[in-house]
Amino acid sequence: MESLLGILLRVGVLFAALVVLIGGIIYLIRHGHAPVDFRAFRGEPADLRSIHGVLRDVRAMHGRGIIQLGLLFLIATPVARVAFSIFGFAAERDRMYVLFTVIVFCVLLYSLLGSA
Amino acid sequence: MTVLEFSVLVCASSLIAGLVGALTGLGGGVVLVPLLTLLFKVDIRYAIGASLVSVIATSSGAAAAYVREGFSNIRIGMFLEIATTVGALLGASLAAHVSTHAIAIVFGVVLLFSAYFSRKPRPPAQRGVPPDPLATRLHLNGSFPDVEGVRTYNVQHVPVGWSLMFGAGALSGLLGIGSGAMKVLAMDQAMKIPFKVSTTTSNFMIGVTAAASAGIYLHRGYIDPGLAMPVMLGVLAGSLIGAKILIKANTRWLRLGFSLVIVLLGIEMLYNGLSGNI
Repeated sequence: MESLLGILLRVGVLFAALVVLIGGIIYLIRHGHAPVDFRAFRGEPADLRSIHGVLRDVRAMHGRGIIQLGLLFLIATPVARVAFSIFGFAAERDRMYVLFTVIVFCVLLYSLLGSA
Repeated sequence: MTVLEFSVLVCASSLIAGLVGALTGLGGGVVLVPLLTLLFKVDIRYAIGASLVSVIATSSGAAAAYVREGFSNIRIGMFLEIATTVGALLGASLAAHVSTHAIAIVFGVVLLFSAYFSRKPRPPAQRGVPPDPLATRLHLNGSFPDVEGVRTYNVQHVPVGWSLMFGAGALSGLLGIGSGAMKVLAMDQAMKIPFKVSTTTSNFMIGVTAAASAGIYLHRGYIDPGLAMPVMLGVLAGSLIGAKILIKANTRWLRLGFSLVIVLLGIEMLYNGLSGNI
C-alpha cells in the first residue's frame, strides 16, 4: 500500500512537470521576446486564480493557462495521497487515523476550493 | 530582460538551488525566495508563490524513495499534519495582512536560525526511553530498519512536538518554504524520534503542508505561471540529480559553504526588510 502511494506521488509530480513544460514552451514561443516585469505586484488576472478560469484558458491553448493547470495537478498530488491514506487506514480498521486523515483532507479541500 | 532570458536564468539558478539543497539535506526552498527577490528583483509575494509550488514538487518527488525504504512513519506524519496544515492556513491568511517588510524580516530571522541549526552538533540519540501514555494511545511508536536489524522507538512529548509543528506550518504558509529544519527539530529534539525517521517523515509532510497554503495563494493571485514555471522545473530537476549523486559526494564542505550562503542571504533579507526596500 505505502509503496504504491510513493509511486503515485512520483507519477503525479512528473506528470504535473510535463504539463508545466508543455505550457512553458507555448508561452516562451509566443511571449519569449516580450520584456519581463515582476518588480511590481499586480496579482494574477481572475482567470488564473480559479480552477474554472484555468480550464477555460487551457481550452483556448493559452501557455500561461496550461502552466497553471500543471501547477494545479502538482498541488492535487499530495491531496490525492492523503485521500488514498483514508482508505489505507480504513482497510486496517484504524478508526482514529481515518478521522485524523479526514481532518487533514478537509483542511486541504478548504484551501483549494473554499477559500476563493 | 526578455521573458526568454529571464526564464533561462531563473531556471538555471533554481536548478543549482535544488541540487545543493538535495546534496546538503538543507532543502533548496529556503534560498529560493531570497534569490528571486534580491538577485532577480521579483516582488516577494510572487517569489513566495513560486517557491511554494516548487517545495511541493521536491517533497513529493523525494518522499517516494523514503516511503519504500520503510523509514518514514505514516501515523506520526498524519497526526502532525493536522497541526501543520491548520498552521499553514493561518500563515497564508496572515501573509495577506502583513507588510512585505515584515515578511522579509521574518524571512531573514528564519534563514539565520536554519543556518545555526544546520551547524549545531546534534546531542546523541537517547535510546530505551519508556513509552509515553499519550503517544501509545495515538499509536505513534514504531520501528525502522537499522544497521543492527529492526529498531523500535517510543515517541515523547507529543503536545510540545504538535505545537512546534503548528509553528512550522504557519512559517511555511507565511514564507512559502518547506520549514523542514523546524519539522525535524520538533520530531528529533522534542519528540525523541530517531533522526532518520524524523527527516524522512518530515520530507513526506512538507508537500502536504505546502499544498494547504498553495490553494490560498492561488486564489489570491500570488502564483504567476511565468515565474513558477522556470522555478519549479529547475528545482525539481536539480533535486532529482542531487538525489542520484548524493551517495558518492562528500558533502561536508558543501554544507559549510551553503550554510554561509544562507547566513549572507539572511542578513541581506533583514537589511532590506528593515530599510524598507522589500
